[in-house]
Amino acid sequence: MTAPLLEVRDLVVRYPARGRRTSPVLAVDRISFTVAAGETLALVGESGSGKSSTAAAVLMLRKPEGGSVRFGGRELTTVEEPELRTLRRGFQPVFQDPYGSLSPRKTVFDAVAEPLRVQCRWDSATGPARVAELLDLVHLDRSVVRRLPHELSGGQCQRVGIARALASEPRLLVLDEPVSALDPSVRAGVINLFTELQDSLGLAQLFICHDLALVRHVAHRVAVLHRGRIVESGPARQVCDAPTHDYTRELLSSVPDPDRLTAR
Amino acid sequence: MSTEALLEVRGLRITATRPHEVDLVCDVSFEVAAGEMLAVVGESGAGKSITARAVLGLLPAGMRVSGSVRFDGEELVGASDAVYRKLWGHRMAFVPQDALSVLSPVHTVGDQLALAVRSVRGVGRKAALERAVDALDRVGIADAARRARAYPHEFSGGMRQRAVIAMATVNDPDLVVADEPTTALDPTIQARILDMLDTLRERAGMAVVLVTHDLAVAAAHADRVLVMYAGRHVESGPVHRVLREPRAPYTAGLLASLPPRHAESRYLPAMPGAPATTGSLPAGCAFAPRCPAAADSCTRHEPEPAEWQDGHWASCHRLAELPRRTTDLFVGTTA
Repeated sequence: MTAPLLEVRDLVVRYPARGRRTSPVLAVDRISFTVAAGETLALVGESGSGKSSTAAAVLMLRKPEGGSVRFGGRELTTVEEPELRTLRRGFQPVFQDPYGSLSPRKTVFDAVAEPLRVQCRWDSATGPARVAELLDLVHLDRSVVRRLPHELSGGQCQRVGIARALASEPRLLVLDEPVSALDPSVRAGVINLFTELQDSLGLAQLFICHDLALVRHVAHRVAVLHRGRIVESGPARQVCDAPTHDYTRELLSSVPDPDRLTAR
Repeated sequence: MSTEALLEVRGLRITATRPHEVDLVCDVSFEVAAGEMLAVVGESGAGKSITARAVLGLLPAGMRVSGSVRFDGEELVGASDAVYRKLWGHRMAFVPQDALSVLSPVHTVGDQLALAVRSVRGVGRKAALERAVDALDRVGIADAARRARAYPHEFSGGMRQRAVIAMATVNDPDLVVADEPTTALDPTIQARILDMLDTLRERAGMAVVLVTHDLAVAAAHADRVLVMYAGRHVESGPVHRVLREPRAPYTAGLLASLPPRHAESRYLPAMPGAPATTGSLPAGCAFAPRCPAAADSCTRHEPEPAEWQDGHWASCHRLAELPRRTTDLFVGTTA
């Protein structure tokens, strides 16, 4: 078997104490997982379970206190800027808040062109065509290019965010609750987009989510986080249909089952 | 359907008057009987929150309400604040989504609940506090007497939401209107809070209007459901009817796009476009631009609610021509 694209081993994230009356918070406690090329791994758990801290550490937005994060064979925890900046093109984030992820003063065109400009890959001859191509990839109508975020719907904003991530031609997307803030009627469309991008571009995805019904549908494998530790992991269907850990069972029992809903 | 509804809303219309006149809610009717839970389901801009606030007389300035809102036989549209003040906190209460917005950070939770008691009942400080502790206990806050002395910031998000529900129910109101009370909470805590509302309903015969965007929550807890889109009635009726055999394409689309348990395809049926906003509505049916069943007639005039089966109403021009399984309309749509 070939080496996984992302390999996280014994990752520790600790937040320092704030003031004298609090103690440091151990958000992620020695967790290990891998994501292969073209694969979706879901991290599930409640708020405070360490999902987003794990994402921030994988993205090197917060330096982990311990453990190793290897991406494409390179150890990221010891790499410094500016080299990290180059490596980051390979793994790009999509965040939860579609409006908060975009500058309110940048048009769709500028938002999508920005990564190309920052990476010195902008060429006034081919740049606009590349932006148009990226908008096509996320199924955004080209008529939106001159609009500002407040003129877009939540679903459209999220697609702009995804186009920005794709501009760097990443091999891994780190998706932190990417559809939780979207309206139910547009959620399925964005989920389908992730599936489609995976099929067409072979993208690996680290999918952070608290919705187990959704995770069961989109992920290949699942890791269940509880208080900073992985309490259960395995193939998505297996974990969701036959959970072995009490915490996973509790999570699943609190999810209203859509089948029961339609077949009652 | 009960003969005597506690709350009866007929032809509710809410108009924003500034900067120019826009109907945010248009011709919406529903009723809620004692002990019953009505779920008002819709997406952002559907007008569900504003409908809930209109029932309570809590609309912001610059909104005009017409139609009829009758609570226990009394007409509330056009009623003075004095009329509402006799009802608020006593016979009808509000639970907002954001608990922190209604809890004072500088008073203990117990003192705030006791104040709610004393504002309605002429009881002493000590008796009020006892009642407050009972209310906290009732919503499942362990060691309520000690917890009553804590401040809101010392509570977790789930506990704060419970405290707000305790405050809303401390005077045993007849009606509680809850606007997305669990949306910001984790699923396990959400389930516990909704179960707790069910218990209060069974024990005290309290009626609940639950505003939510989550069909699954409605299915698990409500007796009846009202689905809204762009400030309009889409579908309403007993929850098992509406969600098991949806007649309006919008309801069917919402149900079809939920991740299925047994899927042949990795792609979900998806609705194209984004929810319509009341500021810029298309002509005719607001959902027509996104509807796979839309015909020419749909863009000409707005559909009226029509009764499909006893108590199950749907607003759709093509009601009679739709397939039996309306969710099939969305099969193969992966927009």
